[in-house]
Amino acid sequence: MSLTTNPRTTGSPARAVIQHRPRQTLRDKYGDRVFNVTATAVLLLSILAVVYPLYFIVIASVSDPNAIYEGKVWLFPSGVTLEGYQRIFADSRIWNGLGNTLIYTVLGTVISVTTILCGAYALSRKDMPGRKILMLLFVITMFFDGGLITKYLVVRDLGMLNTVWAVVLPGAVGVWNLIIARSFFEHTIPNELREAAQMDGATDFKFFFKMVLPLSKPLIMLMVMVHVVAQWNSFFDALIFLNDDSKYPLQLVLRNILIQSDVSSTGTTGGDIQSYAAAQRIAELTKYAMIVVSSLPLMIALPFMQKHFTKGAMIGAVK
Amino acid sequence: MSRTIPARRGRPSAALSPQRKISVSLRLKRIFRAWQLYVLLAPSLIYIAVFKYWPMYGVQIAFKNYSPAAGFTDSPWVGLTHFVRFVNSYQFGQVLGNTLWIAVLGLLVAFPIPIILALLVNQLQSERFKKFTQTVLYSPAFISTVVVVGIMFVVLSPRSGLLNNAIQLAGGEPIFFMGSAEWFRPIYVISDVWQNAGFSMIVYLAALAAIDPALHDAAKVDGASKLQRVRHIDLPGIMPVVTILFILAIGNLLNVGFEKALLMQTPLNLSSSEIIQTYVYHAGLQQAQFSYSAAIGLFNSILNLALLLFFNTVARRANQATLW
Repeated sequence: MSLTTNPRTTGSPARAVIQHRPRQTLRDKYGDRVFNVTATAVLLLSILAVVYPLYFIVIASVSDPNAIYEGKVWLFPSGVTLEGYQRIFADSRIWNGLGNTLIYTVLGTVISVTTILCGAYALSRKDMPGRKILMLLFVITMFFDGGLITKYLVVRDLGMLNTVWAVVLPGAVGVWNLIIARSFFEHTIPNELREAAQMDGATDFKFFFKMVLPLSKPLIMLMVMVHVVAQWNSFFDALIFLNDDSKYPLQLVLRNILIQSDVSSTGTTGGDIQSYAAAQRIAELTKYAMIVVSSLPLMIALPFMQKHFTKGAMIGAVK
Repeated sequence: MSRTIPARRGRPSAALSPQRKISVSLRLKRIFRAWQLYVLLAPSLIYIAVFKYWPMYGVQIAFKNYSPAAGFTDSPWVGLTHFVRFVNSYQFGQVLGNTLWIAVLGLLVAFPIPIILALLVNQLQSERFKKFTQTVLYSPAFISTVVVVGIMFVVLSPRSGLLNNAIQLAGGEPIFFMGSAEWFRPIYVISDVWQNAGFSMIVYLAALAAIDPALHDAAKVDGASKLQRVRHIDLPGIMPVVTILFILAIGNLLNVGFEKALLMQTPLNLSSSEIIQTYVYHAGLQQAQFSYSAAIGLFNSILNLALLLFFNTVARRANQATLW
């Protein structure tokens, strides 16, 4: 199946051509209307359930914390303040984490995408001897793996603990992504093209870099995005393999502040209960702002990425 | 080939061996000619060798007393000691129960919802509303697990959380959601649906898009209602994809959501939030009981594999699509 066609979206005008609707009784029309109304209602409710919590976070992040405590914030922010954001931007841990995340994301994405594209292309070549056995070696790892502990010990034995490599290498090649890339190559690069290129004396390298890659832009976009999102959002490898705060990626910093409720940064002045309570409220406010700031980049990029992810899902479904 | 030449029938081995030699050297030549492909594949192969097969080789420490000095191979053998210790430990029943509870609940609730959503979205008349619904529903998939759990903590907070404010407005008592064992599972599953249902829906939408519109037209001509068409055309049409994804979900049954469970854990909800994998994390990486926790991890993997094989066989018996 080619990537760029979607029979459903192109198919609806064709259906509209059929005007005659024989045997459509009043009862049937009524049933369809009930169906339509129910479907729309269910979907509107789902949209509301997804959007409202996010919307609330956004308005809470600029509201007066006392108003949130008193339950006055529902649809609009109350007593607008940017203190939460000011505190985040003054927090060196956030900036440091962001910097680390950028490094890990760029490096990890480059490594993963390069490895996957090269490997998947080789596996897509039906004339490569041993292809089936090699493929099997990859597929086995989807169903059985050595587990967390031995992975940790291997990374430790490699001397990668507390280095960048522990964050970008252990999860670099997802077999599922490899399979998606392989089936993309199988379906979009015609054999004749390769044979013609080989006639003209092109080596496999030359064909791959000069012909296959330029023809695979949608796949490359998809792979880049999958890995950027995954690396941006990941925290677990950093949690187990890094022990130096200054190397923590943003998500791990967020975890420590959002979930472990580490209020130290929010300026607990100590002493009396009142200032402690105030600090608590500021801490809550900072959390809302932090959720917004950390999710915003991907949310802004979402409309741009959507097209590619939808296509990716289709390659996966057609597999 | 040699059978067609009767004269050679008497000495088949002598007749065949030069041919075999040729085929071996031909094969070598073919392999050699494809060397550039192997170079392209090499990074991926090295990757799985180091980060997949080496840890797999290391799984033997589950039967040994691992010491860092001796490494995987030379640590002393202790047989099933660690497994016996785990099965006899007082946490065993609880941890296994929690794991299965979450897995089964997740499968029963979180698996069908994307299918239903896809069937509904697919029937929408307006293309624009369809696109909009799709985008909105799948946007939470791009929020990190850390942030989703962070959202839970603030929205469900007993002092200032949105939900408890609503409960108090309705005259109820605030509930400490994240600190109670009985709320862990509902929150876990609901947040899973909230975050992932929209994204999973896309695969089904792609499968629905591949259904021949002529089937719908024919059914319409025959006077089938929308509900009937959904039930008798759309649903059977995506059934192979549903089966495959179901088997894959089974294959990952005991692995998914580990990170979220770990993040959602508080000392107060441990009695329902401690699952096998978080237990492995605590025992192995925090208390450095490498062999013991590797044994538990292996127990988990084997259980998982057994489930996968079982359901794949069931699917084959039922003449459904299977993984292999």
